[in-house]
Amino acid sequence: MVASRTPRRIVALWFPRLPTDRLQRRARQPEEPPLVVVKKVDNALRLSAVDRKATSLGLAIGQPLANARAMLPELKIVAADDPADVKLLARIADWCDRFTPFVALDGPRCLLLDVTGASHLFGGEPVMLNRISESLRAKGFALRGALAGTAAAARALARYRDGTVIAPGEEAKAVAPLPVAALNLDSVITHAFRRAGLKTVGQVAGRKRSEIAARFGAATVATLDEALGHAGKPISPRSPAPDYWKERSFAEPVVIEEVIRSTLKSLAAGLSDVLERRGEGARRLEATFFRGDGAVRRIAIEMGAPTRAPAIIERLFRDKLNALGDPLDPGFGFDLIRLSASRVERAGSETAGLDASINEKTEIDFLIDRLATRFGGHRIVSFQPKDTHIPEAAWAAVPAQYAQSSKLSWKKMSRPGDAPCRPLRLFARPEPVSFVAMSRLTWRRAQHVVTQCEGPERIAMEWWRHQTIQPTRDYFRMEDGEGRRYWLYRSLVPEPGGAAPQWFLHGAFA
Amino acid sequence: MRAEKLVALRASLVRPELEKKSIRIPLGHAAADLCLKGGLKRGVLHEVFALIGHEAAATGFIAGLAVRVAVNRRLLWIRQDFLALEFGELSAVGLLEFGLNPDRVLLLCVADAAGGLRAANDALSCAALGAVVIEVPGKPKIFDLMASRRLTLACEQKAVTAFLLRLGAEPDASTAETRWLIRAATPPAREENWGRPVFQADLIRNRHGQTGQWIMEWNCDDGRFQNPAADRGAVVSAPSD
Repeated sequence: MVASRTPRRIVALWFPRLPTDRLQRRARQPEEPPLVVVKKVDNALRLSAVDRKATSLGLAIGQPLANARAMLPELKIVAADDPADVKLLARIADWCDRFTPFVALDGPRCLLLDVTGASHLFGGEPVMLNRISESLRAKGFALRGALAGTAAAARALARYRDGTVIAPGEEAKAVAPLPVAALNLDSVITHAFRRAGLKTVGQVAGRKRSEIAARFGAATVATLDEALGHAGKPISPRSPAPDYWKERSFAEPVVIEEVIRSTLKSLAAGLSDVLERRGEGARRLEATFFRGDGAVRRIAIEMGAPTRAPAIIERLFRDKLNALGDPLDPGFGFDLIRLSASRVERAGSETAGLDASINEKTEIDFLIDRLATRFGGHRIVSFQPKDTHIPEAAWAAVPAQYAQSSKLSWKKMSRPGDAPCRPLRLFARPEPVSFVAMSRLTWRRAQHVVTQCEGPERIAMEWWRHQTIQPTRDYFRMEDGEGRRYWLYRSLVPEPGGAAPQWFLHGAFA
Repeated sequence: MRAEKLVALRASLVRPELEKKSIRIPLGHAAADLCLKGGLKRGVLHEVFALIGHEAAATGFIAGLAVRVAVNRRLLWIRQDFLALEFGELSAVGLLEFGLNPDRVLLLCVADAAGGLRAANDALSCAALGAVVIEVPGKPKIFDLMASRRLTLACEQKAVTAFLLRLGAEPDASTAETRWLIRAATPPAREENWGRPVFQADLIRNRHGQTGQWIMEWNCDDGRFQNPAADRGAVVSAPSD
């Protein structure tokens, strides 16, 4: 079956009182004054959200604050906090992830869930919609929801026909009697439709498409067609959907660590089977823990090579959970744990080879993954050569998980039989030194007697890389009375007659 | 091309054999090897203390030991963040010049000694590693007798060798197989040219043998230690072994 032929099934959830719900959920008192949230629109304070009590007393969104105050002097007024609302909506979306990975934020107060092919897991579409709505209402949100074949139809029905589930192909019939405002178009267009005597969606749909397009633009026609179910466009989920996932939900929330670990282990085994059948391995795995009270925690591990061995996955997650700065808090328990694999790549079958070097490579890769999981991927590095003669830039330390064999190769500078001509330890910032006498230098407040000196090796800076001219350096190898060897340079001032050349210590030889 | 491949294949087959037989790896310096009863023991913990001010020399010495022991395998170098400021960063080009291919080195930076210890214990369970080098500045409380015993046990399990590079610390009790005190040295007979790295190596503890003091020279080309006087006089000479 071609995926695009499958009729999409989309749930729209509309939270009409999200800002006031946010405030009242925290501290609910029985005898509260009516609450409104205000926002400055066109230089006037207007109501942007109204709680249940205020609605019943006749207040509405968009009303000027002065009017509302005149009507209800005891009104409680709070300034709008849009970022907090968005955050809250995102948290609700996190919670909704348990029903489908395709959850999209739709405007400031609406969520869209693509539940195509997922509803049978929850007992059918009406049961699922009911379950979502009831759980969210129990958490203190005013909510309207509907399920239809397109986002626009579901959105329109959610506002005006709470709780409806429209069978595929029935959208036009269901949406037709709704007022034009249900299309969620620009207020100017809605107003113009009303002025033209087109009060319902059905009446608008009755007009010729070319007429509407000429007057209101092609976008209006597209929205209308979507609402009528003629054309749908996919929702854009918040995060890219994982390639594969396995999950387990619990009748009783789980708290015990062993159960959580063994669940992860069995999920890893299940995921591994799927990956093995496809000959693939994952570079990134994410465990999502859905807590009973709605909090969601995600923990991800990354691998340097495509991996599917359950033992390795389990071990990495164990390390990660142990190394977490703020530990996994089960609270009253997790009711769903999901393991998802993303960035899946092809991986051959893992057979222990006779060739020792292959096994060694897998073992080292596993070690790198473990250390990266525990200490952070940027902390375990390997070296790569770079094409420059500037001593401090001649190599790069790249995260070992992502290191690929470089095109350049290491080139030894010293000839066979010679001493190393680059120091083993190099200071990131060359340290200034001063000469007390010709053979006596002060470094870090200690004096060293120079017994041997070799040089200079002149290194000019790469003028094609820098805007300003960097001074050329003359490098010397020096040995002090105790046999310690240092790498110093004299920084040459570009123009004659400038300041005296400065000396720096750049590294120490073995 | 084919010959190279054959050599590589042969090396990969020979390695397990080599593991079982030669638990002791000769350093190349005859007197020291005699004292160590054939060489440095594999799969145990070795400690190298740097005399204050001779940190770079000790780094070189430990790199030399690690090259000898790791043969062709990769090695993990664990260091703490602030060490780079204090004693300088480990330079890949410097390692190359010293005779250690930087491709074989994995570098792990940790925040503190406890992290380093944990990482080392983890890494020692990976049999594919040739050696693990841990840089420890000062005398952290966590590096006590218990910690060194644990490291020794971890080494023995998978026969991976661990090297502790102790910077700015006085030698004290531990379960290390050998303990060295390293300082830079001037070769006894100074020549005109700028010679190879030379160390004054004091073996101050040897669990299975005698202690001793030697002046060792590191041969960057052959990757072995030698007596500074060994190939003096001959400008062009075949390696003695």
